[in-house]
Formats: sequence, C-alpha cells, structure tokens
Amino acid sequence: MSDLIVENVSKSFDGKKIIEDISIEVHENELVSLLGVSGGGKTTLFNVISGLLMPESGHVYLDSEEITGRPGSVSYMLQKDMLLPYRTVEDNVALPLLIRGEKKKSAREKAGAYFAEFGLEGTQKKYPSQLSGGMRQRAALLRTYLFSDKMALLDEPFSALDTLTKSAMHRWYLKVMQQIHLSTIFITHDIDEAILLSDRIYILAGKPGRITKEIKIREPKPRREDFNLTETFLSYKREILKAIQEKKS
Amino acid sequence: MKRKFQNITSKLWSAAAVAVILIVWQCVSMAGLVPNYMLPSPVEVAGAFAGEFPLLMQNAKVTLLEAFLGLFFGVALGFVMAVLMDHFGRLYQALYPIIVLTQTVPTVAIAPLLVLWFGYQMLPKVILIVIVTFFPITVGLLNGFRSADRDMIVLMRSMGAGKFQIFKCIKLPGAMGQFFASLRISASYAVVGAVISEWLGGFEGLGVYMTRVKKAFSFDKMFAVIFLISVISLLLMKLVDVLQKKCMPWENKK
Repeated sequence: MSDLIVENVSKSFDGKKIIEDISIEVHENELVSLLGVSGGGKTTLFNVISGLLMPESGHVYLDSEEITGRPGSVSYMLQKDMLLPYRTVEDNVALPLLIRGEKKKSAREKAGAYFAEFGLEGTQKKYPSQLSGGMRQRAALLRTYLFSDKMALLDEPFSALDTLTKSAMHRWYLKVMQQIHLSTIFITHDIDEAILLSDRIYILAGKPGRITKEIKIREPKPRREDFNLTETFLSYKREILKAIQEKKS
Repeated sequence: MKRKFQNITSKLWSAAAVAVILIVWQCVSMAGLVPNYMLPSPVEVAGAFAGEFPLLMQNAKVTLLEAFLGLFFGVALGFVMAVLMDHFGRLYQALYPIIVLTQTVPTVAIAPLLVLWFGYQMLPKVILIVIVTFFPITVGLLNGFRSADRDMIVLMRSMGAGKFQIFKCIKLPGAMGQFFASLRISASYAVVGAVISEWLGGFEGLGVYMTRVKKAFSFDKMFAVIFLISVISLLLMKLVDVLQKKCMPWENKK
C-alpha cells in the first residue's frame, strides 16, 4: 500500500497566502494530475509534499506515516532533467541510492537492471551531454523511480520537449507505468496531457490556490492510440476548461 | 579530422612567426645594428644555453622544488580557505577583504621582509609563493562553489542529502573548471614568484644565477636563463592541462 494523503495544507510567503486548505489523495498505482495556471501555487504544494517546505497548517501522510517537513521519502522530478554533467548516466541514475548510503557497485547494479526497461540500453557509461532530450528525461525519470518506488512528484516533466518527442514520451510513459506501478502526482498546465495520462485530475485555481474541482477519467488503461481524438476526450476537455474559466470570472 | 588539421595549421603559423622574429633578430645582430654586448644574437644565446646547461639544470632544480612546494601549500591553503568561506558566510565577509588586500602588496616589497624574518634558505621563498598562488585558487573555487545550480541542490535535498553530500556531488565537481583555470595562473605565478624571491636573497636557484650573470654583463647567459624560465612555465601549464583532462573526463566527450 502506498497512499499519499495531503490534509488541509496552507502556505504563505511574505504574508501572502499561496495555497489554502488543500486536501488531495493519491492511491496506489494511481496517476493524479494537478492542473492549473502558472504561478498558481502548484510548485509550492509540491515542495510541501516533498518535505522541502513546512506548511503553516495541515499534514502530509505517506502510508499513514506523517512525513510533513521531512524530505527523502517522496521523489521529485523537475522540468529540467537535472542530470549532473560530470557524472556518467549510470552514476546520475544511481545518485539517490548513493545518497542513501549504498556502495557504488551495488547501486550501479541496481540501477543497471532498469536501463532496458527505460529504453536506456548502452548509455550507462555515457555522459548526459551525449544523450538526446527525450533520453535525458527518461534517465531523470529512472532516477526519480530509484529514489522512491512509492510516490513520485513530477513537475511538468515533459514541458521542455518538442511536440513530437513529447507525444512519443507520453506513449512510452504510459507503457512503462504499466510495468513499474508507481503512484504519481503530475503537475501540468497542458490539459491534453492531463487527460491523456491521468486517472484523476485536480484543478488548482484562484488566488490563493485551492482545489476547485476533481475530475475522474474513466477510460481504461492502456488508452487507445486515438483517445485524444474521441468525443469522450473532448467532453473531458470541455469540462476542464469550464471549471478553469468558472473560477476566473 | 578537419579540426586536427586546423590545429596543425594554426600552430604552423605561430611557429613561422617565431622563426621570422629569430631570423630578423639574427640579421640585426650580424649587421651590427645593435652592439653585441647589449643584445646577443640567437645563435650566441643558444651557445650560452648549451655551454651553461649543467649549471642551469642544477639551479633549475632548486627553483622548481621551491615552486612545487609553494604551489602545493598554496593550493592546499586556497582550497581550505574556499571551503571554509563557502560554508560559513560570516567568515567570507570577514576574510574576503583581507585576502584581496594581501594581493595588493607587491611581491618585490614583501620578499626582502620575508628574507629578514626567515633567513636565506628555502622557507621565505616557499612562503612568498604560497602568498601569490593561494589567491587565484581561493577566488576561483569560491566562484565555482557559488555558481552551483540552486535547483540541483533542492533536488539533492529532496532526496535527503546532507551538506557534505551536496558539496561532494554538486559543488566540488561543478567548481573543477574554475579550479583548473586558477591552477594554470597559479602555476605560472609560482615559477615567477620563485625567481623573484631568489633575486632578493639566496644561494641557489635560477633567480640567483640571473643576478650573477647580470652583474657580469653576460647577456647571452641572461637570455638563456630567461628562455629556460619561460619553457618551465609553459611546461607547468601543459602539465595542468593534462591533469585537467584526466580529472574532468566529461569535458572531452561533447
């Protein structure tokens, strides 16, 4: 069981409330998206969940254990791949294991076992500068997975990629998630991406940011190739757009 | 392949320029435009270099030993200072102005004082070299440490990394480029520092040899020793380059 529960979290900076009374839940193997405009407090919420920031009020629980303000149990991936240029790909990927105090050799072996699954065969001894953008992002994702196989926070992980690479990454991502069962919260401002990948979508809107709507995507996984061209997809999109606009007016 | 070719041609051009200068110099000397005792011809300098070779090597050994010792302790001091100043913000504020101040005092001015305090042996020379070489290292490393990627540090913290791990995995390797740039400067400072400190008091070394031949008006030998000092500096810088390639393998694979 790996359930994440965020309970009534609020946080302000310099006396200004950024997020207010946020409660979300993520269940095992679920992919939940957090959709909202830029500057709406998504990243602040992520920093609270990952334990980097202490909320003013509220709590974060992982498997009914409180992890509020305690980094190290929920993994975190950013838009930039954040691979260290002076480490080989395998040493980059194995970094979370090394931080946890594992020996270099066993950390490399553990990481190496996943290279094929993540489409990174043969890149172990290469440096990040020798990989393509998509490959770097996959390596970053593998690092995130090795950091915590319970819960991952992905902050706009694919937004820096070009459209074609991005849709290839989406397909690959859904496929890999079938195999590795990682519960995920996914920040995005791309509505299509959210519908395509998520089991549920939370909409974060307003100032300070609140959860204004929760939408369940009832489309079986793996999703059809042309899911984003179907009427069902469009009706989800309409629903989301309406929810975002309601809050604005 | 093309790059290699360009590299060779650019070297060819600089070699040609050096050759032209030497030929002109030789012609000027042979034509008697400048009196021979003021400016010896390249051939005479080469002759002096060959004739004095054993003596030059013997003195060079002393100078190099001083330079290496000074550089070693200078780098060590510079490194420790940079780490401490990066770690403790107050220490940075307190020490940085003083460190800059040490660099505004001319080497020639402190060298005689050091000789007075520490004698004519190796110690004052090594101390002088430490003073001139630690500064570029400290400044370079501090810059490198401070330019570490904020987001990367946040990511490391989210993984539960401590300060030492962040230093080891991000700050230190990130500052390597700056460190080697500084080391190249410090290496050439070390040789020049050693020679200057020998001018101002000592029994052995290229600086001592230099003052001796100057007093004897043997300008051919003077040029020979100048040439040797340049070669030593160049070799040291080359050594730093080789070291850098070894220590930063990720730079070669782009």
